[in-house]
This record gives sequence, structure tokens and C-alpha cells, in this order.
Amino acid sequence: MKFAVVVFPGSNCDVDMYHAIADELGEDVEYVWHDAESLDEFDAILLPGGFSYGDYLRSGAIARFSNVMKAIKKAADEGKPILGVCNGFQILLEAGLLPGAMRRNDTLTFICRPVKLRVENNATMFTSQYERGEIITIPIAHGEGNYYCDENTLHQLIANNQIVFRYEGENPNGSLQNIAGIVNEKGNVLGMMPHPERAVHELLGGADGLKLFQSIVTYWRDAHVVTT
Amino acid sequence: MYKVKVYVTLRENVLDPQGNAVKGALHSLSYHEVQDVRIGKFMELTLAKSDRDIDELVKDMCEKLLANTVIEDYRYDIEEVVVQ
Repeated sequence: MKFAVVVFPGSNCDVDMYHAIADELGEDVEYVWHDAESLDEFDAILLPGGFSYGDYLRSGAIARFSNVMKAIKKAADEGKPILGVCNGFQILLEAGLLPGAMRRNDTLTFICRPVKLRVENNATMFTSQYERGEIITIPIAHGEGNYYCDENTLHQLIANNQIVFRYEGENPNGSLQNIAGIVNEKGNVLGMMPHPERAVHELLGGADGLKLFQSIVTYWRDAHVVTT
Repeated sequence: MYKVKVYVTLRENVLDPQGNAVKGALHSLSYHEVQDVRIGKFMELTLAKSDRDIDELVKDMCEKLLANTVIEDYRYDIEEVVVQ
């Protein structure tokens, strides 16, 4: 299986993402620059965290018009797994691939620490290796992770089971309904503020994030590898 | 050409943590009259004349990029400037 890590000017979690896939997951992975025309050769697309285009105007607002976004939209339409983490999530929101928007943290601080998450929906291509209701520990690192959407959108998210991760216990940033990660209606585009790529080995303080990537591989193998 | 002033503000019902922090700071400076602070963005655009409708152009820019209409409102003033 071949992963793409999309690199924008100002991305800074791209190397962590690459490491997680290449060294811990053990799958093929390549960096793809923001001006790429095509992502056809890849099976899954990863949008890493960071500060694309310096977070100018709004987080993700400029990146959303990068050339590669056309290919990302195409991959989304084709049903390929697309994961946006932190700034990657913000880009997916700005691009309209996921509903809602990010406000600044209500705590007025940039928060960088491990948090507890509850897996609300394990019936997605990103979470099949978790138990439903499982509590996992994944680090967050953001100043703008205070998720917001209007009431209609929230009803839809709940009705369609699109809320995949919620903050467990304390809500670190004020996000609506403790939302930490959501999928699109089709279920193949996941945006999340916590960084699973920073939790892929006990040496990093925990490996709870690895199952997310393993879920993607499991999904892909089930769909593409014919067992004889 | 045109000078366009664009004001982008958080929607009324959207919490503004930045504005709240500034309100707190103003209170600590004894400006107890301050009831609310909302922080937004001000952008000044210079546009060349073309055969496209200026009002529509600016509206498009606001909708597509300058504001995120999920959480932000925008308004703008267009002023025609005669180049000497």
C-alpha cells in the first residue's frame, strides 16, 4: 500500500508522518509537494500538521487553493482514504471536504500535551482496529482547535455517526460537543486535531495512534488484495 | 481604479476568545464601561478597472477566500479613485 504525505510550505509534521508510515507501519510512503498535479499512484493521502503558508489569513485558508487540492478532491471523490491531522484538518475544513470551522482555543493558549480521546465510531476505515468506546491517549499541539459548526450541521454529524473522536474528560480547547475528529458523510475523509503520528511507539510515550494507520491498511487490503 | 476596504468579523453567535481576553485586559485597566470586544480583520485592496462588475468581484473574493462564512461575516466599501 502506498501513502502520500502532502507537504505545503510551512508543514512541519510531515517528517513525523513519514516516519510513522515507513518505520512503524512498514508501508510505502512518499512526500508530495503542494504543486503536484496528480495523486493517482497513491492509495491513501495524508495531510500533516504545521503552519501551511504561515497560517496567514486563517489556518488552512491559503493551502486550500494549492494545486494539489484538485488531486485531493479527486481522490476523495474516488473514495480513497484521506487523513488530515491538525493543520491538515483545518485545510480540509477550509476546502469544504469536511463541514465546520476552527476557532481559537478558548483557553487562550497553544496546547501541546497528550490528551485522552474516546473512539466514538469504530466502523470507519480509520478506526476499525479500535474498540468502540475505547479510551486512547494521543498528543495535541494547536492554538486553533476549537471546532465549530452550526446546529443543522451538528445534527447531521450526530445522525450520520460522523463524530469519530471526542475528548474524554476535560475538553482542552472548547470544541463543540468535545469533538476531536470527524469524517465526511461518505466516511473516507477524516480530520482530527490530535496527532496519531506522534503516538506510534512506546519510546514516544505511547503507541495508541498506530492502530489508526493499521486500520487504513486493513481496509485497503480487504478491498484490494485477493486472497487465494 | 478602486480602493476596497473589507471588514471581516466573527459572527455574532460565535465565541471570540481573543476579544474576551482583550475585554478582560481593558477591565483590568479600569475601563469598566467596556461590555464587549470583538476582534476582526481589516483588508485594503486596490483593484484595476475591468469589464467585470466590481461589486460582484469583491463579493466573490469575500465568499471564496477573505472570509470563512461558517464563522465570519464580512462587509466592504468600494471607493473609486481617479489616477492623476
